Amino acid sequence: MESLSNKRKVLEVKPLNFLERAYLPAIVGGLSTTMKHFFKKPVTISYPEEKREFSENFRGMHSLKRDEDGRERCTACGLCALSCPAEAITMTAAERQNGEEHLYREEKYAAVYEINMLRCIFCGLCEEACPKEAIYLDGDIVPADYLRKDFIYGKDKLVEAPLNQ
Amino acid sequence: METADLIFRIVLIVVIFAISLVVAMYSTYAERKVAAFFQDRIGPNRAGPWGILQPLADGGKMFLKEEIIPTNATGFLFIVGPSLAILTACIGSAVIPWGSAIQIGGRTFDLQVTDINVGVLYIFGVVSLGVYGIMIGGWASNNKYSLLGAIRAASQNISYEISMGLSIIALLMLTGTLSLKEIAEQQHGFAWNVWRQPLGFILFLVCAFAETNRSPFDLPECETELVGGYHTEYSSMKLGFYLFAEYINMFISSAVMATLYWGGYNYPGMDWVAAHAGPTIAPIIGVVVLFGKIFFSIFFFMWVRWTIPRFRYDQLMDLGWKILIPLAIANIVLTGVGSTLLTHFGY
Repeated sequence: MESLSNKRKVLEVKPLNFLERAYLPAIVGGLSTTMKHFFKKPVTISYPEEKREFSENFRGMHSLKRDEDGRERCTACGLCALSCPAEAITMTAAERQNGEEHLYREEKYAAVYEINMLRCIFCGLCEEACPKEAIYLDGDIVPADYLRKDFIYGKDKLVEAPLNQ
Repeated sequence: METADLIFRIVLIVVIFAISLVVAMYSTYAERKVAAFFQDRIGPNRAGPWGILQPLADGGKMFLKEEIIPTNATGFLFIVGPSLAILTACIGSAVIPWGSAIQIGGRTFDLQVTDINVGVLYIFGVVSLGVYGIMIGGWASNNKYSLLGAIRAASQNISYEISMGLSIIALLMLTGTLSLKEIAEQQHGFAWNVWRQPLGFILFLVCAFAETNRSPFDLPECETELVGGYHTEYSSMKLGFYLFAEYINMFISSAVMATLYWGGYNYPGMDWVAAHAGPTIAPIIGVVVLFGKIFFSIFFFMWVRWTIPRFRYDQLMDLGWKILIPLAIANIVLTGVGSTLLTHFGY
């Protein structure tokens, strides 16, 4: 029957000739192929010492940013927690006291800010939701650990290092 | 037997035992490294420089693992299996000539544990016994996968022993002796048997792969179909014994192959070396040469493993019965006719 798409391909199965049936030439061919690979440079990247270059929009560990004066930008509005599809973010807000203006930019700040790195799916929605440009997923890969509780990262790990002045 | 001779022999036994264990140990490391290089990887490199302590770490792990004997396994036979496997693997080295006679302090010693006049037969006997370890272990496990693996091992070894024996017969027609020492001595210099028996060597090589259960004939432990084959139920050092036995077998069969076909400790220019290096150093160089051949052969085993996919079981049987055995018989006929004609025309 004529095929409609006209794309039918008839496969021709030829019987093997003597050399092919003897099998040894094919084995020698295979051995030479693997031997070529034996002398090739390994493609391995020895991970902790050597790191693969990340792409520009790679999303890694979160960091809570500071502004140009070294004050925490986060105002504990909770939009990141709300936008988080994995419900990995929790926070407790607190009011800024007098004399803390050099620490926090807004009048309200996050006293506790926790991200559960086991829940986080690194989608970046928190980054997009943030009105204060306070959170960015610009860090490294989250390192491995032994206990689940150690994957809940607090402000000690998330907040950017203070500016050197 | 003199005291000095006896002491030398005991030392030799201990040394050969130690060497075969160390070679087997480092074969596991080499296997992983070689596999890595063939696949453009690095391989184990964390334990010690270049990972050379990896076998020790693996051994330590094997010893510390929990020892599990399944409830329905036959307890005694379950332990006999791996013991037998490693025992038969180790005793094969007794008849291999590791070098020509060495002179130490005016005395001459043979670098061979014992030179029995049926050395080749002895090797065959030991190799045939080797499958019992696998069979007993597979049977005693009381597991269908183990039993299937054991059955495969048994039928595979029996099938390939025939063509292996037939390929050896052609060689023995030329050497006229079963003593491995005499066979090695006949190949003095560059008169290696492989030049006279190329087809026989290829047959022997294929059979050696099958006898040691190495890829492409590693059907007894075919993990895609049989979980782990005959050692599915084994854990701890009993599993270690099985894996170790495979590598010792590889070492011994490489040594046998080197002795029978690749001239053993002989190498071109050995007379010149013997005249210049003296009767103590020259045999040691011969031993080094033999080990070079053995190591290349082990490397070849690994090279093939990481190149050729596993055979299907019916293909394995087809190859053994329909191709290798007829070829081996043809090789015997050719050898007989050839050597008769050559003698007739006065070579």
